[in-house]
Amino acid sequence: MIYLDNNATTPTDPEVVKAMLPYFTEKFANPSSIYDIAFKLKGVLENSRKKVAKILKVNSNEIIFCSGGTEADNIAIMGSVLAQKDKGKHIITSSIEHKAVLEVCKFLKKYFDYTITYLPVNSAGVIDLNVLKDSITPETAIVSIMLANNETGVIQPIKEAAEIAHNAGVLFHSDLVQGIGKIPVDISELGIDYGAISGHKFHGPRGIGIMYLRRGAPFTSVIRGGGHENNKRAGTENIPGIIGILKALEISSERISKGASHMAELRDMLQESILEKIPQVLINGKDAPRIPNTLNISVKYVEGESMVFMLDEEGIQVSSGSACTSNSLAPSHVLLAMGLEHADAHGSLRFSLSGETTREDIEKVLEILPPIVSKLRKMSPFAPPEFK
Amino acid sequence: MSIDKSKDGRLYTSKVMEHFRNPHHWGKIDDADGVGRVGNPICGDVMYIYLKIKDDIITDIAFETLGCVAAIATSSIATEIVIGKPLKEAWKLTDRDVANALGGLPANKFHCSMLAEEGLRAAIQDYLKKQGRSVDEFK
Ligand code: FES
Repeated sequence: MIYLDNNATTPTDPEVVKAMLPYFTEKFANPSSIYDIAFKLKGVLENSRKKVAKILKVNSNEIIFCSGGTEADNIAIMGSVLAQKDKGKHIITSSIEHKAVLEVCKFLKKYFDYTITYLPVNSAGVIDLNVLKDSITPETAIVSIMLANNETGVIQPIKEAAEIAHNAGVLFHSDLVQGIGKIPVDISELGIDYGAISGHKFHGPRGIGIMYLRRGAPFTSVIRGGGHENNKRAGTENIPGIIGILKALEISSERISKGASHMAELRDMLQESILEKIPQVLINGKDAPRIPNTLNISVKYVEGESMVFMLDEEGIQVSSGSACTSNSLAPSHVLLAMGLEHADAHGSLRFSLSGETTREDIEKVLEILPPIVSKLRKMSPFAPPEFK
Repeated sequence: MSIDKSKDGRLYTSKVMEHFRNPHHWGKIDDADGVGRVGNPICGDVMYIYLKIKDDIITDIAFETLGCVAAIATSSIATEIVIGKPLKEAWKLTDRDVANALGGLPANKFHCSMLAEEGLRAAIQDYLKKQGRSVDEFK
């Protein structure tokens, strides 16, 4: 199996699993209880929070554990705007955000009458900071821009964008999910007020995430209950998950510089060889800085789902932004926002590597993909005669 | 639609995958007697169907499809079903027949089989029109 869908999820690192195991069966108590075995776990929890904070270069009381990236995006944006509802009901985000942000904006618009501005991106997939500046109004409560896009890997100028927002007195949230583990992320350096992190995108477990909440940033909890996480997010703490995400962060921060250059080398090799071997392929996002593990291509005259399945038959797992692969039967909103034709979004493929990906894996893909493309082009009503 | 055991926990039935892997009658017929060109308004996929017809019998057929696994498999099985059949019978082929012949399709892929039904009908219609005839004779 050659698994190249690591932006979707990653296998949990066996070391992470090993670290988590005792916390399911032996050290299982509820940290809110007062007897010894529980109180000790409270210590484990706070110690883990400290270590996580240190890696992310923030204060430990700025780390709020929750169930994942989606929840972190939800509670950060909702928690921020509800705490500042007197300021105004305007949100700025980008047209390429993950659904975890876009759907929150839609929700706030529908039920709380917020106005949403979606910043466009250029053909490289990057927002325009001047447009951001011009979009801010006295009513703007928050700006939410992702660090790296899940489909194209394109990195946004978060530091600069956050500065623009702050200069106008507006708070800034960033979905950091695809950045962590792939590029070094220093949250204080980025200067954001809220951030979202997901465990399973960097070989941690699922069901655990982190909301970064800058000390003093306006916030009200939208998950109410027993006052956990310093009243920021209720719910019995997922200790195995917290141990897991900490371990995964430790491993990835240790390996990141080596891992990033390894992935970049293989990604570039895949990109260049595809361009060499397959005519009429577009590289989506190639003119922007990208996280090192992601390659998004559009293959002219073919559809993505059929390529995904043919690759799967050969033991290679990738994904596509084709309309046919989405539940909504609409092609990738990210690629369309970059100005791609519907047909090119339809023929898109995303390869997302991991630190475990080998040169042999990439060579195998380069052997398997070209004949698949030729076969589908032969069948395609649109392919010009030279492909028949 | 009943649960298909051939799916074995996969998205598509083994019949769908069989036709997807080795589609029948794909390609183009340059001197076709009837051509149908249809597009799927839902996801943007396209199918062309080419027919050779003799004495109102489909003697040869070919398809070109840009689409998902289900679109390619339905194109393939539809050509398989109607080759050698009289036009009148081929006209009656429905999306449901096509889906059933494949052992079923996932619910959100049922619309893909419409492409085969519509493509075939468009090709038959094209042929009849060239002959100065009308599909009314099949209704
Ligand atoms: S043809 Fe697009 S979903 Fe099947």
